[in-house]
Amino acid sequence: MELFTNQVLAGIATGAIYACMALAVVMIYQAIDHLNFAQGEMAMFSTFISWQLMQWGVPYWAAFVLTLALSFVGGIAIERILFKPLAKAPILTNVAGFIALFAIINSSAGLIWDFTIKQYPTPFGSAPFLGSQLISTHQAGMIGVTVLLLLGLYFFFQYTKIGLAMRAAASVPESARLVGINTSWMIALGWGMASAIGSIAGMLIAPVVFLEPNMMGGVLIYGFAAAVLGGLTSPFGAVVGGFLVGIFENLAGTYIPGVGNELKLPIALALIISVLVVKPAGLFGRHIVKRV
Amino acid sequence: MSAAEDVVTEAPAVEAVPKRAMTLGTGTSLLVLAALLIMPVFVKNFIIFQMTMLLIYGLAVLALNILTGGSGQFSLGQSAFYAVGAYTTAVLMEHFNVNYALTLPIAGVVCFAFGFLFGQPALRLSGVYLALATFALATAMPQLLKLNFLEHWTGGVQGLVVTKPDAPFGLPMSQDMWLYYFTLVVVIAIYIFSVNLLRSRSGRAFMAIRDNEIAASAMGVDVALYKTLAFGVSAAVTGVAGSLGAIAVQFVAPDSYTITLAISLFLGMVVGGVGWLPGSIVGAAFIIFVPNLAEGISKGLSGAVFGVLLFLVIYLVPHGARQVAILGQQFAGKLRKN
Repeated sequence: MELFTNQVLAGIATGAIYACMALAVVMIYQAIDHLNFAQGEMAMFSTFISWQLMQWGVPYWAAFVLTLALSFVGGIAIERILFKPLAKAPILTNVAGFIALFAIINSSAGLIWDFTIKQYPTPFGSAPFLGSQLISTHQAGMIGVTVLLLLGLYFFFQYTKIGLAMRAAASVPESARLVGINTSWMIALGWGMASAIGSIAGMLIAPVVFLEPNMMGGVLIYGFAAAVLGGLTSPFGAVVGGFLVGIFENLAGTYIPGVGNELKLPIALALIISVLVVKPAGLFGRHIVKRV
Repeated sequence: MSAAEDVVTEAPAVEAVPKRAMTLGTGTSLLVLAALLIMPVFVKNFIIFQMTMLLIYGLAVLALNILTGGSGQFSLGQSAFYAVGAYTTAVLMEHFNVNYALTLPIAGVVCFAFGFLFGQPALRLSGVYLALATFALATAMPQLLKLNFLEHWTGGVQGLVVTKPDAPFGLPMSQDMWLYYFTLVVVIAIYIFSVNLLRSRSGRAFMAIRDNEIAASAMGVDVALYKTLAFGVSAAVTGVAGSLGAIAVQFVAPDSYTITLAISLFLGMVVGGVGWLPGSIVGAAFIIFVPNLAEGISKGLSGAVFGVLLFLVIYLVPHGARQVAILGQQFAGKLRKN
């Protein structure tokens, strides 16, 4: 039983990473209706920027805020320059664009900062949290930040005018345009916010997985899986999905014989698919009914 | 975000391509065929090998095109079917001494069954959810091939070496050239089969499902059957491509069939034009030669160069090679009028 609770706790700790990433994935999905394959690489690039700032002597929190602002602007710039021209192109062409963006960011980060693994500082310290060896204060801090972020987003979407406008632009673009919402800029804003949330995720994950251009590969896959499990239309679902995936993965690794680190990912994905087969829109997603 | 259900009228994810627009005219087809037949006589063995790979990847892209362009289902798991085909051939040739040509239909049947079965749970999923399910298959496959209890057959991490066949009947041809012509015959046969499939009753059912699933089922199309059938056919064709790939490369190993392969095939389909079968070969050329080209331009930044080239292609022709073909046709039509 103690093994079980320990594994669940460890799962929650890794789940916080996936929850952060899943939140960024859902944000952009809300705004543009696609999964952005380059999301992880964008977060990695932001994290490198913050690392560079700290190397130049900027204190942690100043670097954090600066990176957040830069990522926000960067996300909007990417949308305006690269993806706005593709707005009328088929969806699959847009997906190819995401793959291209992935390759560009990954390879440039490798050239600028090379592929050696770098240490990344944590603002929360890494002592054991409340006497537990499994969760460090950093991981507890990460969970705290994720929850705060989720609350912030909830209030933003539910109680601000611009949040309402973004929701309208995403769900019924034509009607939104008729009531005077600039839907094109709402999409750009969605990219900016997703990029900023991604940068937070990156800066929180980097102390755990270390900083290098490929740090986001695995995390993004779990982030996608978590977002899909929770339902792509629900930020709350994404966070719950993130924790569930973390727990799944740890329990599968412990209790199913013959599952090493190698098979953890396929098993976690297989479990998620079994959930999806029962609930095709994810655990908390809205069921979308199509008109013929 | 509180509404329990949203009703939307949305455009289908894959554009509706009329079935006549899916192929080339007879004249053009014969011209391309003639070029493919004569080419190997004039070039070196390495280039013949590359052209063989071009045909093989073209076949794999064609398979994805049947699935996505034909029935509107999205797959990131093609590398798994490719791997099953490749391993079927390798195991049959090396452990059972089966003739290489006979392994192709066997690989096709095995992959058809595999794809058809995989299509069953995938039935309830669509769009990104289906993408995730197929993605899971693609990430699981290399790990499954490495499993201990299969190692006797699959050779584990090290994989299997496949012997390259000689030209039969004492034909005066190098192994590479023989394999090229052998591949060409298989690819042409499957291409003709695919074109006819999409023109048949089943093909029309695929397209009805792609354009509007609810309307298709209202018209009496057995949606579940045709969706799984599309998966099965696509997997079978991919499997044959995998078999040919194993023979051409003379080697199979789990890490040759990762998700990267599935993503390349997807890019090939987009560049070639979704739903335009002849575009498959153009797409295959893109995924084989452009990464080499990018490496040639800059070693350190090859990924970035590749990304930029890909962006250029999708800006210029968002509908892929099909758009170029249509423009060419219109231009030719204008010339004829004048």
